[in-house]
Amino acid sequence: MDIHEYQAKQLLTKFGVNVPPGEVVYQTHEAENIVSWLNEDKIVVKAQVHAGGRGKAGGIEVCSGDEEVIKTVDKMIGMKIITPQTSESGKTVRRVYLEKGYDIQKELYLCITVDRETGGNTIIFSRKGGENIEEVSEKTPDEIHNMKIAPGSDLLTHHARTIVYNLGLKGAVAKKAQKNILAVYKAFVSLDAAMIEINPFAVTKNEDVVILDCKASFDDNALYRQRIVAEMKDENEYDPLELEAARHDLNYVKLDGNIGLMVNGAGLSMATMDIIKYYGGEAANFMDVAGAATPERVAAAFKLIYKDPDVQGILINIFGGMMRCNDIATGLVNASKEVGLNKPLVVRLEGTNVDMGKDILINSGFPIKPVDTMEQAAQDVVKMVEENK
Amino acid sequence: MAVLLTKESKVICQGFTGAQGTFHSERAIDYNTNIVGGVTPEKGGTKHLNVPVFNTVAEAKKKTGCNASGVFVPPPFAADAILEAVEAELDLVVCITDGIPTSDMQRVKREMKGCKTRLVGPNCPGVLTPGIGKIGIIPGHICKPGRIGVVSRSGTLSYESAVQTAELGQSTIIGIGGDPVNGTNFVDALELFLDDDETDGIVLIGEIGGTAEIDGAEFIKSWSGKTKKPVAAFVAGAAAPKGRKLGHAGAIVNSGAETADAKKEALKSAGVTVADTITTIGHAMRKAMKI
Repeated sequence: MDIHEYQAKQLLTKFGVNVPPGEVVYQTHEAENIVSWLNEDKIVVKAQVHAGGRGKAGGIEVCSGDEEVIKTVDKMIGMKIITPQTSESGKTVRRVYLEKGYDIQKELYLCITVDRETGGNTIIFSRKGGENIEEVSEKTPDEIHNMKIAPGSDLLTHHARTIVYNLGLKGAVAKKAQKNILAVYKAFVSLDAAMIEINPFAVTKNEDVVILDCKASFDDNALYRQRIVAEMKDENEYDPLELEAARHDLNYVKLDGNIGLMVNGAGLSMATMDIIKYYGGEAANFMDVAGAATPERVAAAFKLIYKDPDVQGILINIFGGMMRCNDIATGLVNASKEVGLNKPLVVRLEGTNVDMGKDILINSGFPIKPVDTMEQAAQDVVKMVEENK
Repeated sequence: MAVLLTKESKVICQGFTGAQGTFHSERAIDYNTNIVGGVTPEKGGTKHLNVPVFNTVAEAKKKTGCNASGVFVPPPFAADAILEAVEAELDLVVCITDGIPTSDMQRVKREMKGCKTRLVGPNCPGVLTPGIGKIGIIPGHICKPGRIGVVSRSGTLSYESAVQTAELGQSTIIGIGGDPVNGTNFVDALELFLDDDETDGIVLIGEIGGTAEIDGAEFIKSWSGKTKKPVAAFVAGAAAPKGRKLGHAGAIVNSGAETADAKKEALKSAGVTVADTITTIGHAMRKAMKI
């Protein structure tokens, strides 16, 4: 689960990380109080959306004077942020963060993430932080360093010291940076984070170390024991269909294509997306009917996919050991009646009572085509969607 | 002689009397798996599915001589269950549970350093040796005894692979699971199959996220003439967008090396026959074996 920058900063403050003073607003008039409370010459106004690259998309502005701040807040609330990390239509800004601005001496980069190779964590860091970090990692990968921490081990002072020296820091600034790195790591472990990225990890002209921007995501599997983090979920950041799927315990991710998918198993769902692409189509979603593919779950999943206005045809690919295909087929026909199915639907079922299942689908009176193989299913649905255009 | 699960295996189930433990143990018993007992705290001394229930793994080992366990314990308690089996020094622990916090698995990883127990999973379909038995949830009837070793991150794609290699049959099917921090990896499984004189060819099913497939490819490259075995592979997620998690906790592309294309290229350069779609993995295996 991802959270907003301001929420990540609220969490990090509790661990002793040096975060600039700031506050979030939802409406323009709320900004007036915040401006007078901050009482700074320079205030940074930042759109809060779950997407990187905000700065280049007009989502971050440095302002001076109350009037400019309030005008900027007013402009930002409701605006669309379009970055390489959002969809083409972008994301609507609903929350804006106001924080103290600094004169910056150095922009460094710091990121903690799980290291899948060792099963521990990795700290990635660079002297070349800032907006162009992706370019730095592409063009000069030597500028990106990493330190691996063994599974279940703490980040020790000597680790943090090594990092700050490699970041080129000395004296009092090095000490401050070290303290902040240890604190961020502690937060990472205590909060079951999956990734905390600080960019820039900044040194100010006054030789202070502050966390200027921060992106954090958390382990979904651990949210049951991280209630403060779980409460930070902003449902506006999710596709409405994804939220509905989550309520039904379905693994669903909205994608850009027009062929709706319903599959059991994450691997098979990915492989079904792949085979559709292989035959020239594009999936409208990833969908793993996780757990048992019961007729009820299949029907719920089917109705959800059908709701997506981008979907022009549907492929159902269910490969089950124990489930009975006739039950699944009945569930599908009932769901088809409910939605008044009028889009092509290709079904590949594998399991027991396959022939009974097929008969039910063929005799349903709906445009449902049962097929024997995944290959056939993908070819057929791509062709049918193409012909329907 | 197959790998991991053999004629000598004596298997217990942790979380034995729960709904999942019961359902899948019944099927394992139907498949003639040598299930010698189960563990559910507070239910020791009773019988379930005609075998004894114990309070602890240590007690189960003492009384039954078990050397392998299948873990069907709910996510908040699963890491502890794995470590209980590790401390009892079982040879094999297969954890089926999906949804274990990553930091719990990091702890397991630390505790297991240098120990003799092998962990498969978590978040996996388990291990099945056709004709011998199974630990986990792989449907027995789709697997046939034979000489192909299957190792897969995805459960359903290991089933597809079993069906497509039905003519050749399988020595053992290993589901290593879809979590970012896990026990047995591709390199470990490849090593087991390479040393197994009942395995002639290997099917490897990877997916996006992490670099375990690339490590596997490096390992295959290091094989020399006499010990080489043909490998066929498929990597799921070629159509996946960057930065989105697709079902499995570990199936997310964060960097270029984690894409399906990068992994397929690495495997190809190691001499592996790579299938374009999952539907041709059986064909790819036969091609790699020149049959």
